[in-house]
Amino acid sequence: MATYKLQINGRSLEADVDADTPLLWVLRDNFGLVGTKYGCGIGQCGSCTVHIDGNAIRSCSLPVSAVGTKKVTTIEGLSARGDHPVQQAWNEVDVAQCGYCQAGQIMTAAALLTKTPKPSVDQIDNAMNANICRCGTYHRIREAVVLASTKTQ
Amino acid sequence: MSIQLTSNRRNFLKLSATISGGLMLGFNISDSEASGFEVISEKALGDIDPVSFNAYLSISPDGVITIFSPNPELGQNIKTSFPMVVAEELEADWSTVKVLQAPVNPKMYDRQLTGGSGAVPHSWERLRKAGATARLMLMEAASKRWGVPVATLTAENSFVMHKESGKKLSYGELATEASTLAIPTEVKLKDRKDFKLIGTAIKNVDNAAMFTGKPLYGLDFTREGMLIAMIQRPFSFGMKVKSVDSAAAKAMPGIVDVVTFKNNVAVVGKSTWQVLKARKALKIEYEKEGNIESTADHDLLFKNLLDSKDATVRRKDGDVETAFKNAAKVIKSEYQCPFLPHNPMEPMNFFAHVRPDGVELVGPTQTPELARNEAAKLLGISPDLVKLELTRLGGGFGRRLKADYVVEAVELSSILKAPVKLIWTREDDMAGGSYRPAVRYRFEAALDGSNNLIGYKLRGVGINSGNPTREDNFPSGAVDNLLIDSVEYKSPITTGAWRAPITNFLAYAEQSFIDEVAMAAGKDPVKFRLELLDKAKAKPTGAIKYDIDRMKAVINLAAEKSGWGTKKYQGFSVYFSHRSYVAQVAEVEVDKGKPVVKKIYAAADCGVVINTSGATQQIRGGIVDGMGHAMYSNLSFKDGAAEQRNFNSFRLIRLKEVPEIDVHFVDNGIDPTGLGEPALPPTGGAVANALFKATGKRLRNQPFINQEEMKGTVGGKM
Repeated sequence: MATYKLQINGRSLEADVDADTPLLWVLRDNFGLVGTKYGCGIGQCGSCTVHIDGNAIRSCSLPVSAVGTKKVTTIEGLSARGDHPVQQAWNEVDVAQCGYCQAGQIMTAAALLTKTPKPSVDQIDNAMNANICRCGTYHRIREAVVLASTKTQ
Repeated sequence: MSIQLTSNRRNFLKLSATISGGLMLGFNISDSEASGFEVISEKALGDIDPVSFNAYLSISPDGVITIFSPNPELGQNIKTSFPMVVAEELEADWSTVKVLQAPVNPKMYDRQLTGGSGAVPHSWERLRKAGATARLMLMEAASKRWGVPVATLTAENSFVMHKESGKKLSYGELATEASTLAIPTEVKLKDRKDFKLIGTAIKNVDNAAMFTGKPLYGLDFTREGMLIAMIQRPFSFGMKVKSVDSAAAKAMPGIVDVVTFKNNVAVVGKSTWQVLKARKALKIEYEKEGNIESTADHDLLFKNLLDSKDATVRRKDGDVETAFKNAAKVIKSEYQCPFLPHNPMEPMNFFAHVRPDGVELVGPTQTPELARNEAAKLLGISPDLVKLELTRLGGGFGRRLKADYVVEAVELSSILKAPVKLIWTREDDMAGGSYRPAVRYRFEAALDGSNNLIGYKLRGVGINSGNPTREDNFPSGAVDNLLIDSVEYKSPITTGAWRAPITNFLAYAEQSFIDEVAMAAGKDPVKFRLELLDKAKAKPTGAIKYDIDRMKAVINLAAEKSGWGTKKYQGFSVYFSHRSYVAQVAEVEVDKGKPVVKKIYAAADCGVVINTSGATQQIRGGIVDGMGHAMYSNLSFKDGAAEQRNFNSFRLIRLKEVPEIDVHFVDNGIDPTGLGEPALPPTGGAVANALFKATGKRLRNQPFINQEEMKGTVGGKM
């Protein structure tokens, strides 16, 4: 056990955990940030996606000891009022069915649009192919990413 | 953060009558104390005590209308569509409606479960009456206040109006007074042409909470002093625990205890990661208690069972033996599918706190009443002592119809005398049983010299499959000589209902075979199906338990919308399941020698569509589910153990593999007949039939991707 000081959503938070604890469980168990979801634990489904210095990262496969002073953003910190263009687009398109994977989908989409504000169809497909939606809301995910890309302009 | 709805104004005890249709009015709303876990929070109800009208709704004097949605929400959008129906009849202003998930309460709600695509069909009239009754009481209150007949009043947008005088009162202003009136025994429901909400696209009521990461799901639930538990179950089906050495696990940091009960070894601790790590340190010896089976054994077994002399006859019409003896042509084919895990994105989990005074349960289940009863049975107490609060479900697909994981949590809390959240990992979920059963079918068809279908045989054999046929479905009734029978093999590998049970595979096999028969008869597959239906209508054989006209209507709509007959590689399929009808046409293109599924057209008859946004997505989601599992998903066994245990080896369909999907509804105005499952069964057949057109190869086993001709195929691209 050791104490880790993490930069989460613009705040400095401390956790006393084992070095190999995945960031996912620190977020959920220690900080109560449960918007980041557990889906597979092996970096395959994308439900646990967060931003580390702006990059979409699978928090289930990142040990807390590797985070250091990098800035972590979770779904709770994506916007102050839930009005990030991607969140707005997700609502307007009414994307979700069960909704469990959607925080991860939104974080993947938001990271894509930060780097590539006007993504091509292939760029969207390549980025969003990383996240599984078991309900099959893929058409709306794609539609919402396109819509969000018009909002970021 | 618990919402207390108790009120001194709760003078509804006299309203304890049950009006026709079973709508129960006048429950004490304090019974339904909504969860503090609900993100909607206290604000939902305003600062002033709301007035309860019935089990489904309350109106607060400041005008906030709270609608309780009793059935579990797992992505079928019921938490939005149920309240829409109540609000429609209430003439409520939707922008002031707040929705709360009701806890389990069999005294107030009937069939409080999500399964069999039955929630909307079952509750449609009850929900409408709940809204209409409250609306009439509000109008009666206004009528008294103004001294004018009710018939001269109208209700709209949460107001009662008297047009002649221009008087207007809000529902909030009338609520308390209305609540003192006698409950009307007869209410008039709205004409469909007057619907304002039903038939429109209303956004999911949980959008804001879902898209900002609020704690909505069972796995998100937490409680002061709560312990985390994970169970190591036997690695193989057919094995049981012989001995447990838990010393190393117990010595690890954060571990509170290791508990062995039944065939479970539970590690209990303070954090998820500590428990996960300690579970790996368990040393468990197992011993054999049943057959240890592999997929290769099952493949052989199926061949034997198909020739078994000992089958259960499910339906027999006419004289099949003579029909096949006299046939000019006989077509025979076999189709096989593997076991499948459900894989809801949120793995199984439940919170339980067993105390001397009662039990508190919180979590995701499709069958809260069953879970509550099983918990009570385990503890030997009355179900009334078990309080169960429903969270939103991160998917279900039938897995959460079973209460095994709820009972595990209850047993652990009872042993530990502490609040416990039991968590299954993805590996636990995928290897843990309750699968869609593996099944093999043999179809045989007899054609006469004029290519009429004169005989039809189906034998279904399955592993823990129950009856793997749907003997009264099409084409039964359309064939004079027919025999449908089945053989079941009992295995230690556990099975359960998987979205559209049995038909999730049977429909594909049957609709592929019908295509084969149409080809052999030299007939267009759509015309062939329509001819059979016309025959069933004009000269039915035996009982017909599907609606021929509804089936024909979806066939014709799908054919029309897809331009059937004018395009190169199209495949057709139609299926009736759970009261609804869906026809589909899949379109394939060949790209660099590889077939790619480009588009699927769907025509659905589910009766009145409540929410066009939810319903359209429900069809698309069902098709993605059906196509994904038919194309890619496989669960195999080696020595009794599942060989795929996570998404690195078990393939689920992803975004790039999904074709464009074009959804159409038949508008016939009949009461809703359900939509959670019916779009899934036809998809495999439509896709397989289209792939046959493009490649000349019949896909007789799922997943298609394991067949040589499909290697390297990408499903499709939107």
